[in-house]
Amino acid sequence: MFKVIRDLLRYNTEFLAGFTLTLLVLVFASAHFWTPYPGYNLYLLPPDMPPSTEYWFGTTSRGQDVLWQLSEAVWNTMAFGLTVTILSRVIAISVGMVSGYLGGRADRILMSINDTFIALPNIPILLLVYFVLREEMTWPLLAVCAALLGWTYDSRLIRSVSLSLRSREFTRHGVFSGMSTWRILVREHLPYVLPIVFFTAMNNLIWAISLEVTLSVLGFTDINRPSIGGMIYWANQHQAIISGIWWWIAFPILSIVILFLGLFMLAMSVNEYVDPRSRLDRMGGVA
Amino acid sequence: MSSLTAYILKRFMQFVFVIFTGVTLAFLITNLSPVDPVEQSLTQLTSFGASDPRAVEMMREALAELYGLQGNLFEQYLNFWGRVLRADFGPSLSAFPTPVSKLIANAAPWTVGLLVTSILITFVIGNVVGALAGYFRHNRALKVLGMAIMTINPIPHYFLGLILLILLGYIFPIFPISGGARMNMDIGLNLSYIGSVLYHGFLPALSLVLAGLGGWFIGMRSLVSNIVTDDHVIYAELGGVRRSTIFSQYVARNAMLPQMTGLAMQLGQIFGGTVIVEFLFNYPGMGRLLIQGIYRGDYSLVLGVTTISIFAVAVAVLLIDILYPLIDPRVKLG
Repeated sequence: MFKVIRDLLRYNTEFLAGFTLTLLVLVFASAHFWTPYPGYNLYLLPPDMPPSTEYWFGTTSRGQDVLWQLSEAVWNTMAFGLTVTILSRVIAISVGMVSGYLGGRADRILMSINDTFIALPNIPILLLVYFVLREEMTWPLLAVCAALLGWTYDSRLIRSVSLSLRSREFTRHGVFSGMSTWRILVREHLPYVLPIVFFTAMNNLIWAISLEVTLSVLGFTDINRPSIGGMIYWANQHQAIISGIWWWIAFPILSIVILFLGLFMLAMSVNEYVDPRSRLDRMGGVA
Repeated sequence: MSSLTAYILKRFMQFVFVIFTGVTLAFLITNLSPVDPVEQSLTQLTSFGASDPRAVEMMREALAELYGLQGNLFEQYLNFWGRVLRADFGPSLSAFPTPVSKLIANAAPWTVGLLVTSILITFVIGNVVGALAGYFRHNRALKVLGMAIMTINPIPHYFLGLILLILLGYIFPIFPISGGARMNMDIGLNLSYIGSVLYHGFLPALSLVLAGLGGWFIGMRSLVSNIVTDDHVIYAELGGVRRSTIFSQYVARNAMLPQMTGLAMQLGQIFGGTVIVEFLFNYPGMGRLLIQGIYRGDYSLVLGVTTISIFAVAVAVLLIDILYPLIDPRVKLG
């Protein structure tokens, strides 16, 4: 695992760039542990100060320091994204592997459930959930709801890998020597599935984070908890663009673009690693 | 039974299943929630003035019937289905007494128009450029274009829309920043009205197009660069078939098939993109209606828009699936 990362860092510029950007954002987000102004506190500072040497990213109309607020916001947004990604990965791996390995009727039933969830529009359903729960809506609950909607693409992908593993020689050996289905799936098949899981996890993380941003921008999450979308929500509430307080909106946008660019480059280069054909292609050889 | 009939029948079953699950989900979410829609609506209505206790009691009974809260859960469920199939979600609370179905009927054409136009544009541009970039791998202009598309790709809908809004709405006020058409115009098929609709729809459509382009581009490019190395393509090249023929007939055509499946699969998610874009540009579609309904606590409106959007997406997916055999002959041969 570490050797793979080291090699990728050394020989793949895209991976290096993506890794650096993501790491930068992560370091920036971790800085909030030392924040002098906790995110829930308002009117600690003079409002509407433009970026200066004292307030690097300026202050908001709510008297918060944009720099520290953003640091905590990025952390919270990433925490949400990671929670969704991990939960939905667990569902995607279980459904995909079981469906591919068992085949037959179980496969048909699981895949029609899968296809149904693919066709359902996520955002209206999440908005309905928010609407009926309102005050009770906390971010872990929202993460669970998002995870329940976000596993479908990847479980199809995992299933296709599982299907091919099922007919391999070593699976048959396992079955004939009396390994339980559970053991075959976990010990024999999982190592083949995991590289794909890593690749799709990055895309899922991007999806989950933009979901959080979308809902928060509309004010449909716990808006007092700092998050990137939440910052934009408050900036909109105070009409930051019209009154020229551009730094309140510009820095959150910048941070999310850098984060997404980093994750996206990681996803692309890991994809290249998983699928060697595109790597040969890049080197200019004939695949 | 021919394989084509079997294919369509299977898709239709899937369609029914999606509708069934979606409607059931909407029913369960609203009914198992701790919030009582009747009490909530009553607070809304009484805050508008009516405070006579007898009138409130009468209203309570009327609302309970309206929301189908009579009988046990299963009866309520059947009741809900009946209203969904009649597209009757009762009157909207925030625009009392206009029926929800009328509000939706007014908003739907805007969303459908915006969505269809931007999906078509995105799909065509993304796939054509992606196919070219996959086939002519060493073309410098295509490489630069590809880099630009890849950079825009990970930026979420909201930010692309916001950047466009600030740039072309405020800093360089070329395009209008809200609405679907200019106020006080004759609505109908006259040039100035259509022009105004296109003019107002330009920025929302552009942000949807830019946000969706990357997915198609990346998918098509990797599909094409895989097909290029297939035996039949190399054989055609050795046999001296014209490169343009190879590109359009051998390569692009084969790569289109998975992309069409992708189109059906992505529709549900594209709809989510329009919700936020409509909100941002104050575009008079279903997305804005939904968000307004939530802000105003309009129970019947939110439920109505959610259910109708599940229907709409399911129908669109079904249509694409039925058109699919026209493009992929293998479905017919089965």
